[in-house]
Amino acid sequence: MAGRGIKDRVAIVGMGCTRFGEHWDKSLEDLMVEAAYEAYASAGVEPKDIQAYWFGTCNSGFCGITLSGPLKIQYKPVTRVENFCATGTDAFRNACYAVASGAYDIVLAIGAEKLKDSGYSGLVIPHLLDDGMKPNYSAPAAFSLLAPAYFKKYGLDEKQGKEVLARIAWKNHKNGALNPRAQFRQEVSMEQILKSPVVAAPLGIMDCSGVADGAAAAVIVRAEDAHKYTDKPVYVKALSIACGPGHGSMHQDYDFTTIRETVHAARDAYQQAGITEPRRQISMAEVHDCFTPTELVIYEDLGFSERGQAWRDVLDGVFDLDGQLPVNPDGGLKSFGHPIGASGLRMLFEMFLQLRGEAGPRQIKDPVLGLTHNLGGFPWQSVASVCIVGRELG
Amino acid sequence: MSGIVAYGAYVPLGRLPRRSIQNVTGEPAAPGEKAVAGYDEDSLSMAVEAGWDCLAPLGQVSPGVVYFATTTPPYLEKQGAATLAGALDLPGAVRTADITGSLRCGSNALLAALDAVQGGVETALVAVGDCRLGAPQGAWEQVSGDGAAAFMLGGQNVLAEYLGGVSLAEDILSQWRTANDQFVRTWEERFFISKGYNRLVKKAVSSLLGRHALQPADVHRLVLYGPNPRYQMALARQLGFELDQVQDSLFATAGMAGCAGPLLMLVGALEEARPGQLILLVTFGEGCDALLFRVTEAIERFRPRRGLRGHLASRREINYHTYLKWRQIIPQEPPRRPDPGRPSAPGMWRGGKQKLAFYGSRCQECGTPQFPPQRVCVHCQAVDKMVPYRFLDRPASIVTYTVDYLTFSQDPPAVFAVLDFEGGGRMICELTDCDPQKLSIGMQVEMTFRSYYRADGIVNYYWKARPRRQEVQQNGRQGD
Repeated sequence: MAGRGIKDRVAIVGMGCTRFGEHWDKSLEDLMVEAAYEAYASAGVEPKDIQAYWFGTCNSGFCGITLSGPLKIQYKPVTRVENFCATGTDAFRNACYAVASGAYDIVLAIGAEKLKDSGYSGLVIPHLLDDGMKPNYSAPAAFSLLAPAYFKKYGLDEKQGKEVLARIAWKNHKNGALNPRAQFRQEVSMEQILKSPVVAAPLGIMDCSGVADGAAAAVIVRAEDAHKYTDKPVYVKALSIACGPGHGSMHQDYDFTTIRETVHAARDAYQQAGITEPRRQISMAEVHDCFTPTELVIYEDLGFSERGQAWRDVLDGVFDLDGQLPVNPDGGLKSFGHPIGASGLRMLFEMFLQLRGEAGPRQIKDPVLGLTHNLGGFPWQSVASVCIVGRELG
Repeated sequence: MSGIVAYGAYVPLGRLPRRSIQNVTGEPAAPGEKAVAGYDEDSLSMAVEAGWDCLAPLGQVSPGVVYFATTTPPYLEKQGAATLAGALDLPGAVRTADITGSLRCGSNALLAALDAVQGGVETALVAVGDCRLGAPQGAWEQVSGDGAAAFMLGGQNVLAEYLGGVSLAEDILSQWRTANDQFVRTWEERFFISKGYNRLVKKAVSSLLGRHALQPADVHRLVLYGPNPRYQMALARQLGFELDQVQDSLFATAGMAGCAGPLLMLVGALEEARPGQLILLVTFGEGCDALLFRVTEAIERFRPRRGLRGHLASRREINYHTYLKWRQIIPQEPPRRPDPGRPSAPGMWRGGKQKLAFYGSRCQECGTPQFPPQRVCVHCQAVDKMVPYRFLDRPASIVTYTVDYLTFSQDPPAVFAVLDFEGGGRMICELTDCDPQKLSIGMQVEMTFRSYYRADGIVNYYWKARPRRQEVQQNGRQGD
């Protein structure tokens, strides 16, 4: 049973976001201070105005004092949130609920992650004690399982399939090239993507998002207070999280061409926001393009494409910056990299800019509703979040 | 009557043609190839495979004794036989022991198991595996191969009756290895062949044949251990046997598998044996064991799952570099990923039925098999309605797959696949013994027990899948 939601009860009045990338010369603390103070300035508030904090990080620290120390938070509540790749969005979601409940007037949600200090390739998750039976696949390998299954089901040969995936990466890099906060600011040719070294067959390195450091933050207030802070608040329409039971890893009726958690989170969010035709009603989306096949199935799972049609829509440019429904206008994880706890708020930052008409050369014409989507875990068992924001009440 | 009631073998898929050694070292190569255990295999995992080859045709069995014999135990302190019994899903109320330390320990284990049967134990299982290393560019490197054999001994449905044996012991230095030695060491052959091997074997064989009033010609098959085929054949002739009576040493196809070698040869002999024939098994190592068997009518009613022939029929060629890598003789650049952390002993213990015997569970409400075992049904959410359900040997096929170049692996790239089992149930698991280029959706796979990874000196055994190996050829026994 989906929740009732808090449509139009809270608003974002200021946001901050660091540049994402290899911040060899910055610590986690530096990144958090940068994002938080940019958000304060954006909302025109002082640190003392904030009544409570929600801090999302996956790997980079434990508990509230990871944040309270660097920001010198004066004995106020800090909740540390971890929900894998949906961490940033879940921190935001809980902060919104606290304001909607009436408990606080103004709060800060912040996500931050420092991944580049590990010295390893790819994302490193700390080892948990276990029974030694878990397969040790990498993240790209887990998501690459979607590709052969999708190609086979919809009759794409390997070459066609690879081209569809490359087209997604190509689009995101093209968008990211326009974004000063992106890690990678270069357009990449289809040929470069198709010929990139294989990481997890059939995925090449250019089918994968990068690893990055970064932080992003949002100041949240009650909707009725929003205009005290800004002329252009962004209203929260829907917040949804779905955690899966692992059905896909145990039951044969899951076919690896969809991610069910995304379907459930989207259904819930659409109900909260009153959306019935997502492809027409949503102006733009920031989705979790950790790997190219993930973005491919997201189009179908979010209802942007009919089942089995996403690959055609990709080739037709439907999700390009100038397409019918631009997806990842800021360049996505593909251009930003994926500092886990920060990504959800980075996506919201792009929606914030776009809805306020502040996205510069990548500004989408007259957007009304924006959707963000995160996905953590694996295709067969994940946590998915969907958040919908809009520039107008009602 | 007591004796062998079932037998099985295991020869790893990997084969190293000896010319591949010559190509690198320049040493003249003997003909043929040797079997090489995968990077994720060892004497114990191979013994489990051989044990399953032997037991699978029997259905539910519960031997009272389980012996694991090897000269290359994965642990110096920690029993392999208990792991073997667990992986074969044998009851815990069983006498287990590791028999090790000599090239003769395979026959030692067989004799101990026969003693147990004659002492009243209904059935006894012996699994012998070896994975010995000769130093690079040396003779033993070319000679040694890896493999395992297994036998069920008992008093009912005996297919090869044990008629009796002779054992001799003598402290003579032929080959040896201390706990710190990676490679087998050896004394000059002329000494230990003449004063040890030839002399002791002659003594034991003549004593055994004399006791049964037999001539060499009465014996159908001589299964004679030899440090290499030359010495084996020379000695057989000196004993008065014709060369066509001597069981193939497997030198050309699998190499000499240490203490498992003669027992693999015994499997070879049994696969071709006819009722009434006599088989003489002779091993050597700080002494000699000679055992005499008479084949019965029951030989016709038993086939191992694959046997020696079935395992020899499927092979995958590897090169010398791969061999050196798999045996950790040359260091490799580690992947730029964290080493695996050690598994938790309580976690492994709690999950023992899954980890060793490959059990999942099946929901009694909706009937869905699921792996790993669950408390709440993934399909109907019924709580605690599960019964144990063993997935081993259920046909499985690939739903989707990936070749992972990023993750930690001793033999990159690692291959992972989603498997669907016939009758329900699914698993995401690692594949081994496969060519990443030849995978496809729908490909048939089977489970294989492997050394999953090592961390902090813990050998973490678990199951992987491999493309189905060739089935036993049923064109059968000599003369068929």
